[in-house]
Amino acid sequence: MTDAAVAPSPPLWRRLLGFNLLTGVVLGIGGWYVGWFGAHSIVGPSLDYFGDIDYNELSVYLAYIGGIVGFLVGLGFFNYPFARLRGYPPSLREKETGGWTRYFSLCTDHKVVGIQYLWGIGLFFFIGGLNAMLIRTELLRPHHQVFPAGTYLTLVGMHGTMMMGMMSSGILGPFANYLIPIMIGARRMAFPRIEALTFWLLMAAGAILTTTIFFGGFPTGWTGYAPLSNEGNPGMDNYILFFALVGISMTLLGLNMIATIVTMRAPGLTWTRLPIFAWGVLSTAVLMVLAAPVLVAVLAMEALDRTAQTTFFVAAAGGSNYLYENLFWVFGHPEVYILALPGFAIVLELLPVFSRKPLWGYRLAVGGLLGVSLLSWFVWQHHLFVSGINGDLRPFYMLSTELISIPTGFTFLCGMMTLWRGSIRFTVPMLFCLAWFFNFLLGGLSGVFLSDVPSDVTTHGSFFSMAHFHYTIMGGLVFTFFAAIYYWVPKMTGWELNERLGKIHFWTMFVFFNSTFAPLFAIGFLGQPRRAVTYASGLQFLNDWVSVSAFCLGISMLIFLFNLVWSLGFVKKPAEANPWGSRSIEFQLPSPVPVHNFDRIPVFSSDPYGYGEGPPPSWVPAGATAGRD
Amino acid sequence: MAANPNAAPAPPSDRTNHGMRVVVAWLVLSAIATPLVAVFVGHLIPPGNGSSQGTEQVFDNTLMLTVITPILCLLAVFFVYGLRSFHASSSGAVLDGPPLRGDSQIQILWIVGTSVIVLFLAGFGTFELLQNGAGGGQGPDPIAVPGGQKMQVQVIGQQWQFTYRYPSLGGIESNQLVLPADTDVELHVTSLDVIHSFWAYELGVKADANPGVDNVAYVKTKSPQVFHVRCAELCGLWHGYMYNNGRVVDSAQFHSWASQQEKLYAAIKPFMDKPEADGGAPFGHTYLPAPERRAG
Amino acid sequence: MRVGVKLVLVAAVVVAAGVMIGFYVSNLTTLAGSPAYSLPVQNVNGHPVVNLEIQTVAAVGPQLSRNPDWVSYLVRNTSGQWKRETVWSLPANATVHVTIYNFDGASGLRNPFLARPQGMAGNRIMVDGKPTDAVDPNEASHTFAVPALGIILAIPGVADDAKDQCGYAPCPMSNAHRTIKFTFHTTTPGHFRWQCFVPCAAGWIDGFGGPMQTIGYMDGFLNVKA
Repeated sequence: MTDAAVAPSPPLWRRLLGFNLLTGVVLGIGGWYVGWFGAHSIVGPSLDYFGDIDYNELSVYLAYIGGIVGFLVGLGFFNYPFARLRGYPPSLREKETGGWTRYFSLCTDHKVVGIQYLWGIGLFFFIGGLNAMLIRTELLRPHHQVFPAGTYLTLVGMHGTMMMGMMSSGILGPFANYLIPIMIGARRMAFPRIEALTFWLLMAAGAILTTTIFFGGFPTGWTGYAPLSNEGNPGMDNYILFFALVGISMTLLGLNMIATIVTMRAPGLTWTRLPIFAWGVLSTAVLMVLAAPVLVAVLAMEALDRTAQTTFFVAAAGGSNYLYENLFWVFGHPEVYILALPGFAIVLELLPVFSRKPLWGYRLAVGGLLGVSLLSWFVWQHHLFVSGINGDLRPFYMLSTELISIPTGFTFLCGMMTLWRGSIRFTVPMLFCLAWFFNFLLGGLSGVFLSDVPSDVTTHGSFFSMAHFHYTIMGGLVFTFFAAIYYWVPKMTGWELNERLGKIHFWTMFVFFNSTFAPLFAIGFLGQPRRAVTYASGLQFLNDWVSVSAFCLGISMLIFLFNLVWSLGFVKKPAEANPWGSRSIEFQLPSPVPVHNFDRIPVFSSDPYGYGEGPPPSWVPAGATAGRD
Repeated sequence: MAANPNAAPAPPSDRTNHGMRVVVAWLVLSAIATPLVAVFVGHLIPPGNGSSQGTEQVFDNTLMLTVITPILCLLAVFFVYGLRSFHASSSGAVLDGPPLRGDSQIQILWIVGTSVIVLFLAGFGTFELLQNGAGGGQGPDPIAVPGGQKMQVQVIGQQWQFTYRYPSLGGIESNQLVLPADTDVELHVTSLDVIHSFWAYELGVKADANPGVDNVAYVKTKSPQVFHVRCAELCGLWHGYMYNNGRVVDSAQFHSWASQQEKLYAAIKPFMDKPEADGGAPFGHTYLPAPERRAG
Repeated sequence: MRVGVKLVLVAAVVVAAGVMIGFYVSNLTTLAGSPAYSLPVQNVNGHPVVNLEIQTVAAVGPQLSRNPDWVSYLVRNTSGQWKRETVWSLPANATVHVTIYNFDGASGLRNPFLARPQGMAGNRIMVDGKPTDAVDPNEASHTFAVPALGIILAIPGVADDAKDQCGYAPCPMSNAHRTIKFTFHTTTPGHFRWQCFVPCAAGWIDGFGGPMQTIGYMDGFLNVKA
């Protein structure tokens, strides 16, 4: 963000022209209409089998495809391929200098993409949070009151889909993109242009999902179960396109991360010296690459069901709703570990810094991350325990689901033993990491009830499971997301965040998070099903308690937002290069990190956790005889 | 706040056996808390004693609570003790802690401990599940089948209500689920359109209603009571309104109810029994699978 | 940038966000809803009596909806006009005389059980003046059902070969139609949904999309007030 050195910049209006977000939006909207009317001119206003429908499903999809292509053209994603076709030399870099406008265009600097991700995902995180506030407003009374029936379902669906879709890249997008090249001693990601593409696809997806309210919303929640989704309004297509784009973005992001970590590590950075954060990113990336394509496939089938009436999921015509449920959860269960694993990694990365001890049991911690990553493929049918799947399978899925708590336990053990006899500093990021233990413990132990079939019969599909996954995902991921923000944003922007406001944010968030979600365990046990706008009038007190707590949680988020604006926009206190006394390599670089990270590629001789083991080795060889330029 | 990455290690003066203190405190706390939880909290957990399956779930939940209480105690003791004892001094330089990088004994102990707990819970859950199915939907080929006579009831979900058909009572159908007391009931749950989930809360029954699939669940009713039925799978606009009361009644009341219903629905009976092939409405026949299909 | 400029910028962003949120929420509160219609109440011997006149049409028409081909219920208001309003306010403990004019053809019931009229006075409806206690499920065009009050009745459809079928609503009484009359009693106050159980939204794969899942067409509320 500090590009004062950029020589005489052209006037503003001139900079608005060209390949950037503005052009992308204009061409995107144009492309939408081209696709819409193009499809209508080909297939007529309505297809035969949609005799009664006032819109044409095919044109909906072609409109969005046109819109996405236009958006990407406007951002300049096609410039490079065309330049190569016309014989220009290859380039790995686009807009890596050029002031603030590069944040609004295709930029291949991984640090710019990281910051783009942070703000972009943050925006949609707040839209998802706004939906949560509206849901809790509606649930203040036992019967529907504020929103028309059906709109509540749209709200629930938008909240869940937005959070799931956006926060899948919540850590990998901003922090892994920014930090992984630095941590492994590289100057860029393996595929910088694809890195930028993942971000802009996600933004297109977010815009598509938000506009579902103009197309009637969708009734299915974030799972989009067929055949209910076959009945949905055109707003359902927004859900399908959103998640498909998120899936493509996740796959590419994961591939990029794997390629970068495997091939671009600096000399001396052996697998056992890799920061644990990179291990967490790697195990998450593997899940992304393998799981997200299944999501794209199942959504493509659903799109075909809706446009060409292929009846993949319609029992009356030879399909099966189990096909959808199984394919969705083959993606869906690794997905929740895509959300949780980066949280584990951040906790394990930050604890050594703030307890001034080496990471305890490095290999066990890595084994835990990889073990969760592997086992997460064998548990998906626990979402279908009462659905009428083959009864013989249930003991197996009960066992596999409970087994996954063993590698998760490794993370707990390594984290706790890292704290043991340490010299703990209660900084804001550390507080968020410690809260992770509390939240994830409750989330994990409540998961034991859900994994047990007899208990799951009552808790399945109730607010109990809703509380469970909010404890694991919000308590596990969002808390560590904020830990990462407080820990690394000073490094990324070069400005400190206000610590007092940070502590106020932490304590309000921790208290009201628990006050919001702990009563939901009871509400679920007492028989309130998820996604239902009505509930027994006897549960009104608990629900009102939860709603008020949720509003306070929302205020806590506004405190964070205020801190961000205040610290980064007004106070602008320059951050030290190494405010936390970390031995990790990114903190040995200036804040913010210069454009090409390293003058010389560093050479690693240890992991970054050698606290109490004497002075850290210098990564950048003083004599400049080792390392590459 | 800033600390030197080269901070000096802490002086090795701390010879206190912190580990022993934590273990002792944990054992004491667990020894007190676990029986208290098992005795005073466990039985409060729903769904209660409305059916044999419900009782089984309460027992199952109680046991799991009992198992996780010591785990909660361990973490609580560890963090309360650890965060009080091991924090950096608020003033002065930040010192490094001892460079402990692992301890294979603790690791093995932890792995063995968690594995034992996990395997025990999985084994116990399987044992409980195979007793009588725990009230969950088991699909068309149930594996946990209670012995003895069972009354069949078909639960038909549609957007947006459940109706109940009684093949043993001449195929009568009702808006309300009425069951005789102290009876083994075999529920056949199906749907006419999208996925629903039949949840009889007080009876501890939940089974998804899938279109074209016969999902079997078992429940043994106990004394007469009113219970609540809700849909537990998002099924569209009126999902939140898809609820009703059901009744468990004694056998005399059940039979008088049945004959009353039979009279009321005599008018519609010919249409309901007409097979689809003969011009009856789709799903008009009672949707129970033939015995030979069940065997596969 | 000077602090004043930044403050103005932040204020502008906050105002813009507020406007966007307001727009978003107001859009949600009006998304697929229906205005409420208070039925006029007569007083007969100190007992509230309500006359409810509704019609069911195969296509609601461009006058009444942005989705002219959607199937819909319409209600006759006090000035005699047909309105697409499906949230009705009624008094508690009232007698409600319902007249349904059906201008739509048959679609058939999924569950034939629902063809037995139930929950209204005498468990019987009048179809074109004839008392009926079972409708052929295959002849059913729509149902009017208030599950929480136990009211379900199937509405027989207009014959396919009938002359003078209604195109777009509002349909004049000269068009082919069936007339159904029945009476029910409201009890305690509350919000009771009513809906149609016949998969009559042709085009969607299950016949249950669009108008079947949008308040203001085939779904609504009885708001029974004390």
